[in-house]
Amino acid sequence: MSLQDKDRIFTNLYGYQPWNLKAAQARGDWDNTKKILAKGKDAIIDEIKASGLRGRGGAGFPTGLKWSFMPKESKDGRPSFLVINADESEPGSCKDREIIRHDPHKLIEGALVAGFAMGARAAYIYIRGEYIREAQVLEAAVQEAYAAGLIGKNACKSGYDFDVFVHRGAGAYICGEETAMIESIEGKKGQPRLKPPFPAGAGLYGCPTTVNNVESIAVAPTIIRRGASWFSSFGRDNNKGTKLFQISGHVNKPCVVEEAMSIPFSELIEKHCGGITGGKDNLLAVIPGGSSVPLVPAAQIWDAPMDFDGLRDVGSGLGTAAVIVMDKSTDIVRAISRLSYFYKHESCGQCTPCREGTGWMWRVMERLRTGDADVGEIDMLWDVTKQVEGHTICALGDAAAWPIQGLIRHFRPELERRIADNVREAAE
Amino acid sequence: MPKVTVDGVELEVPAGATVLQACEMAGKEIPRFCYHERLSIAGNCRMCLVEVKPGPPKPQASCALPAAEGQEIRTDSPMVKKAREGVMEFLLINHPLDCPICDQGGECDLQDQSVAYGRGASRYDENKRAVTEKYMGPLIKTVMTRCIHCTRCVRFSEEIAGVDEIGALYRGEAMQITTYLEKAAAHELSANVIDLCPVGALTSRPYAFEARPWELKKTLSIDVSDAVGSNIRLDSRGREVLRILPRINDDVNEEWLSDKGRYQVDGLTRRRLDRPWIRRDGKLVAATWDEAFTAVAKVNPGKSVAVVAGDMVDCETMFAAKALAGALGSKLLEGRQTGLDYDCSNLAAVNFNSTIAGVENADAVLIVGSHVRWEAPLVNTRLRKAVKRGAKVFVVGPEWDATYPVTNLGNDLTVLDKLPKDAADALKNAQRPAIILGGAALGKGALGSALALAEKYKLVREDWNGFNVLHMAAARMGGLMLGYAQKGGIADLVKAKPKLLISLGADEVDYTRFADSIVVYIGHHGDKGAHAADIILPAAAFSEKAGTYVNTEGRVQFADQAVFAPGDAREDWTILRALADALGVNVGFDSFAELRGAMTRAVPVLGNEGLASYGALPKAEKAKASGTIEAYPIKDFYLTNPIARASETMQRCSAELLHGEHFAEAAE
Repeated sequence: MSLQDKDRIFTNLYGYQPWNLKAAQARGDWDNTKKILAKGKDAIIDEIKASGLRGRGGAGFPTGLKWSFMPKESKDGRPSFLVINADESEPGSCKDREIIRHDPHKLIEGALVAGFAMGARAAYIYIRGEYIREAQVLEAAVQEAYAAGLIGKNACKSGYDFDVFVHRGAGAYICGEETAMIESIEGKKGQPRLKPPFPAGAGLYGCPTTVNNVESIAVAPTIIRRGASWFSSFGRDNNKGTKLFQISGHVNKPCVVEEAMSIPFSELIEKHCGGITGGKDNLLAVIPGGSSVPLVPAAQIWDAPMDFDGLRDVGSGLGTAAVIVMDKSTDIVRAISRLSYFYKHESCGQCTPCREGTGWMWRVMERLRTGDADVGEIDMLWDVTKQVEGHTICALGDAAAWPIQGLIRHFRPELERRIADNVREAAE
Repeated sequence: MPKVTVDGVELEVPAGATVLQACEMAGKEIPRFCYHERLSIAGNCRMCLVEVKPGPPKPQASCALPAAEGQEIRTDSPMVKKAREGVMEFLLINHPLDCPICDQGGECDLQDQSVAYGRGASRYDENKRAVTEKYMGPLIKTVMTRCIHCTRCVRFSEEIAGVDEIGALYRGEAMQITTYLEKAAAHELSANVIDLCPVGALTSRPYAFEARPWELKKTLSIDVSDAVGSNIRLDSRGREVLRILPRINDDVNEEWLSDKGRYQVDGLTRRRLDRPWIRRDGKLVAATWDEAFTAVAKVNPGKSVAVVAGDMVDCETMFAAKALAGALGSKLLEGRQTGLDYDCSNLAAVNFNSTIAGVENADAVLIVGSHVRWEAPLVNTRLRKAVKRGAKVFVVGPEWDATYPVTNLGNDLTVLDKLPKDAADALKNAQRPAIILGGAALGKGALGSALALAEKYKLVREDWNGFNVLHMAAARMGGLMLGYAQKGGIADLVKAKPKLLISLGADEVDYTRFADSIVVYIGHHGDKGAHAADIILPAAAFSEKAGTYVNTEGRVQFADQAVFAPGDAREDWTILRALADALGVNVGFDSFAELRGAMTRAVPVLGNEGLASYGALPKAEKAKASGTIEAYPIKDFYLTNPIARASETMQRCSAELLHGEHFAEAAE
């Protein structure tokens, strides 16, 4: 059974209605937000915890738990901040874009609710530099909310002062990493910080900070309104709720769609995307969670439930639920090599394994693509990915290593075939 | 005090220690590139990875991980070995195989650690990265292809020097360390990044391709370019000192050295006096030692002798000269060449009592007439530390860029009699208030008012003495201790109209006031003093003689001899001993040991390395401050002494960094 329209959170995902405040209010946003805030901080956090919402940015950390790490009240006069990660740069991901384009008020209301729950003084929405129109919409929506008294001094007449700032990035993928984002907002070079200290202890300007994904924040008001039990009625245990899936690649109708968590891959594709191009048998492999998770070959993905645990069991991850579908016309080695190039290009250069390793991996990948390599180099490449993985400051090193590991794990015969072909051609 | 286990050995570490420090306490060597004790933690080289339980099942950067109770740390497990090999391999894939032509060779962290922790062979077959050179000024030579992006240099200039000059551009593989717009790094401590650089990316420009570290004889010495008394090492080969490096002394210079102390070294071989000279018919002509001594004997001064000491002489030389003058019957000794005449009856009143290391604990500082950044760059870094810990700093005197926020109280010294409210409140409420009095203030007679301030604001308390005088000459405190101070300063010498004036490398004296005296110059450089001299007796520079120096905080330190003086030049004390024979008197010593013995008998504290004690501050007398500080004594940081003035490197620094002249890059 799939998600019904009445249970969708993002009711204007496709922009059939205007994004503005009036239309948003007609859809139910900003409906007596004061009453939500009146429940109190702990009640909101408990509700989010009970809903089982896990962070939608990729790592899947329980959102309510994350909020509860924030200091209940400032002991030393430092304010707290909420940073909303709208630096959606992961190849394949485009859900935050749709939210900001067509439903920005859900995000702003969520910012207020989440910010209030964690006692934040203000929210910074860090939006990706390439999202030009989206930033304009978001800024206009923030202005609307200020003008209507929904945020700012005495937000929604709740007596709580809360500001929302829109901060535009300059197009670096690494600024989507939470501590690099904090550095970037502070005006520094976007490089991840060492942890500990974690942002909840010392984040933006040294103050307690929580960094959340756009989707995690935008769903919060609806969860509070409809109750944790409603939200947790979707999906398997530990993988609750609804989720925006973004399907791209070789399907007949690529789309962004809100669905219940744990929906089987086959159902997601058949129902919303019109199936794989050329039919089910034409499917080669799927990258189920954006470019940083390993690919999954057709046979394993077909019946897998699309959630955190289900995809972990097939050696991959849900990530941002950016499903990249590749049929048999795909040059799979070239596809992964292109991803390697992306990580080489986007590595911040701060720590050694990632700075040096991403370039090395890409260069070997490029040679493997043409077969201009030695069979032994496949094992060497595997070894290099293992030398990068887990040795870096942030997760970009892991993200660069995993797609290659996925490729070698599942498509080693293809790599060897290319090398053999190349040797044969050279001999002829 | 958390208890941790390192490779099976349990030990207790201080609270707040990192895992890396815990491992070092356990006697384990942890390889590292980016980590440096005196800089903030960057954690970016990933060389210090160790295995820590409990924790994620991957190696952890030990430099950034706090040691916690019950941690099980392994530095010898296969996981750690593999991690180190992996990081080392990554560091080397884009590092050129330059070692044979790299100046860092032999003292390169990357070289050493790749031998110790590397795999032995590379699997990297692709092209290596190349990076264009960056211009970082006349002192720092860059070969940025060798850079491993540890960011030590970035952190040093930002945190220690306080000048945001070096940073990183671009990202990933393309990341480059550079100065802002490739301007020269223009501050007094810039060359310390050369020591900090773990590879050959930043090397010494003047020293480029001069020598290999294993060819050099290393001699422990003391810097004489200012009164800080930085501990240095002279690296020499044959008869030439090739470079000067700082030694670690946490009480004095930590492990830094000012650019002048480091790079005036080439001045040691230029414009040297290597034979005696005698003035005949108004012209200096070369002479032999015999002729020179005969000429001095012919003066036959009797009692009419005076000695003026230069800024860089050691205590032994001053004592030998004092003994000579005493044997002749004169007590006319002076070291304050420019005419300062502050009261030296109590040396506690002219000492840096807080100590150089101690001043970083001050929480309110009043600087009167001192351009600390130029007069003692390494005291300025301490003040910067104090400000980082919350100290407030007020300055009386013309404005200068302190690298930390200061409040300027104007040039008028009368402000000392009634401090503005914010300064007065800051000093009053401070736990450890301090005042720093510089040469410009001493010249205006502000010592009395400063002592009155010390009394008013209780600068001297239990465990704290906040009264400081910052000198600029390495010889000053030693000279004062040996009695090189007349009540009226050098004016007393002028008034006495001595027949014979012995100048111990004094190059800042106005010799026109001694027109009727025969000036015997015992020094090492053909500078202003030699030009005014009637007889020149060539002596040894600080690198060519052993000696005792006392820095501005009264710290007695010994320096060793690295090389021999050039040509006919001799060590100063031997010249003075021979002069005694020429003048027919007995000074009571025949060897350096005897001289030193006589000196420590006369002034016992000069025999003990360490801080001398001068007792309590004198009672303040009623004094009214007057006058304005128009300027500071140092006009050009790079050219303050005869060695620096002879140094091509210092001249170039002065021209380029202070006077904005451009130099064409020599093709290499």
